[in-house]
Amino acid sequence: MISDGSQNSDDCREITEIHDNEQSSGMKRRSFLKIVGATGAATLPAGQIFAQEEGSEHDPVGVLIDTTRCMGCRTCELTCAESHGFPEPDMDFSVFEEERTTSETQWVVVNEYKTDVGEVYVKKQCMHCVQPACASACLTRAMYKTEEGPVVWRSRKCMGCRFCMVSCPFDVPKFEYHSANPKIQKCNLCWDRQQEGQIPACVENCPGEALMFGRRSELIEEGNSRIYQNPGNYYKQIYGEHAAGGTSVLYLSAVPFDQIGFRKDVGTTPFPEYSKGFLYSVPIILTLVPPFLLAMNNAARRSSESDQPGADND
Amino acid sequence: MRPGVQARAINLELTMTESKITLAQIKSESRKFVGFVISEMKPKGKLLTPFNVISIPIILLAVVLLFIRFTQGLGSITNLSQDYPWGLWIGFDVITGVAFAGGAYVITFLVYILKMEKYHSIVRVTVLNGLLAYVFYAGALLLDLGRPWNVINPVIGNSFGVSSVLFLVAWHFMLYMIAEFLEFSPAIAEWLGWRKVRKWLTRLTIGAVIFGITLSMLHQSGLGALYMMAKGKIHPLWYSEFIPILFFVSSIFAGLSMVIFEGSISHKVFHHRLSAEHRYSHNDIVLGLARICAGAMFVYLFLKILVFVHGGHLSHLSGPMGLWYLVEVIGFVLVPCILFTQAVRQQSVALVKTAAIMTLVGIIMNRLNISVIAFKWDAAVRYIPTWMEIEVTMAVIVSEIWVFRWIVNRMPVLSSPPSWAKDESAQELDGQVEAALYNQHPVVKES
Repeated sequence: MISDGSQNSDDCREITEIHDNEQSSGMKRRSFLKIVGATGAATLPAGQIFAQEEGSEHDPVGVLIDTTRCMGCRTCELTCAESHGFPEPDMDFSVFEEERTTSETQWVVVNEYKTDVGEVYVKKQCMHCVQPACASACLTRAMYKTEEGPVVWRSRKCMGCRFCMVSCPFDVPKFEYHSANPKIQKCNLCWDRQQEGQIPACVENCPGEALMFGRRSELIEEGNSRIYQNPGNYYKQIYGEHAAGGTSVLYLSAVPFDQIGFRKDVGTTPFPEYSKGFLYSVPIILTLVPPFLLAMNNAARRSSESDQPGADND
Repeated sequence: MRPGVQARAINLELTMTESKITLAQIKSESRKFVGFVISEMKPKGKLLTPFNVISIPIILLAVVLLFIRFTQGLGSITNLSQDYPWGLWIGFDVITGVAFAGGAYVITFLVYILKMEKYHSIVRVTVLNGLLAYVFYAGALLLDLGRPWNVINPVIGNSFGVSSVLFLVAWHFMLYMIAEFLEFSPAIAEWLGWRKVRKWLTRLTIGAVIFGITLSMLHQSGLGALYMMAKGKIHPLWYSEFIPILFFVSSIFAGLSMVIFEGSISHKVFHHRLSAEHRYSHNDIVLGLARICAGAMFVYLFLKILVFVHGGHLSHLSGPMGLWYLVEVIGFVLVPCILFTQAVRQQSVALVKTAAIMTLVGIIMNRLNISVIAFKWDAAVRYIPTWMEIEVTMAVIVSEIWVFRWIVNRMPVLSSPPSWAKDESAQELDGQVEAALYNQHPVVKES
């Protein structure tokens, strides 16, 4: 509710800013106002961009994945498939021979990595970013960050443009290429179960207590205390605390994260920031370029007027 | 539109006043109108031309392929994958196609804003090309959508993803198509003989032009901004925060090169439709456009160097991707830039055409590099389009040419407008200056 209030006030601020621009540009011609009126609708974006930042302030739910405790039993894969109606995954251990990615029928996969401390098993699924690239890329708000934190996909809104797949830094969303009614498939942190008061299926069924569900800030606290209590067991970083501006799925590891399949170049900037500069320039261009063009048009007209006698002399 | 205006629109005889129109008259006029349109629908000229013989099978095959695509999913005829969600249909049809359509906003800027009357004769054909390019190439986006029945959601349906660059691009495509339609609409009114409507539409032109240029600046750069969040997926030689600006600047010379290229073809194909003014001024126009191209390419190269140095990309130049980058920037930007400059100096139209074709190739390379080739350049399995994707793309292009040909053969696009329209623009266009400019030609000729 707090975020709703702030969204409104941001909208107001934006509207007054645009209003100021109109007045300060100084052109009071009717044709100019007409154009601004027409472009007004398209200046809408910026107000909402401000709002999205605010959304990150409350504490989302997430999962802490302790790879030092994971035994690679892949129960999470099995229960995930069961609770979301996907075919049962191939439970043979030969699947570890190659690094797998999530797919349109598997929201979660476990990979095996040979590292300095032996085999490490790493569960992979949607990271549920605090400021998700996919949701800010979505032009129909089909990919949507819920108030509680899970990033969910809504079939009735999606038009299947796959911009979320282009934008996601972790390549999580998957598309059903062989369906006439294709869906985007990705982990939704068991959003349906959560609404019934249950925790995600993978967390509930993990036999090794490698997964922990909770509020993001509590999970970071828990992760840090595990690192402090067993400094020899852990690499001193929680992956996801800062990656891509922070994710709600957090990882603990015994080895540096690039050894267990994490991209090194994700950085700590929230991905929506990368297109923000462009989006901010939109209302500015829409309000300033038309009067500028009109002024040029006027100047050109006047100069061709003054050219007129010269042309006649030819 | 007021009902009175509508009735006037139907009125072909253009004599009566609003109050005197009876129902019977409206009926007979509308029957005349429908008859005229139907007669215009029929093909003019031979059916068995080489172009028709090639293009009809291409279109028919594409219809079959698209049926398969819409019943069995995108994977049935494309090589798109989880790693490559966007392939040829987006990278070429939409992103390259829209850059090629940039000529319309540049030419309207020159003619309507800067009042450079030299280019007036090519405004209509360029705007028509731009409009059709948007309808067909942006329309090709629909073929690529997995759930096209929801395409209306960002427009109506309270699903405004306003933080999305694609939302902006989608809206701007739509608004720009309307603006370009308004810019072109006087030609339609002239074709139908709607004098009053034409007068009314002509008044909208300057507004549509200003709105159109603004929208173009934003969505040409917006297409580049789509890739801002693909940081890390695009090879560092191509990814930079300047992609939107580079896209905008390159759309200027991409569009103008297309105008030059397309103009040289239409001049041969539609020779019988060309107005005298059109024929007379063509070389002069081509050389003028070449000069603008050279300037824009110089700015573009300067920005490219700035991005290259600023990003510290020297180390990336080794290896195949670095070589490929140099081929694009030196071979297909720097070289045509020099050729344009030389062509202007030597007044050589042939050299301009060579440079224009090289520029177009360079733009295709650049847009495909960002969207496909340098996108996940290190992926284990690379995306290569299927022959079916290429086939559908070709069908989109030839269908556009069909519609273009249909319009050019009927409406005053390359040919002069009807005499009544000329007189009217002389008398009634925005102020007397416009009138003076129109009358200028005969005056000059007589003296």
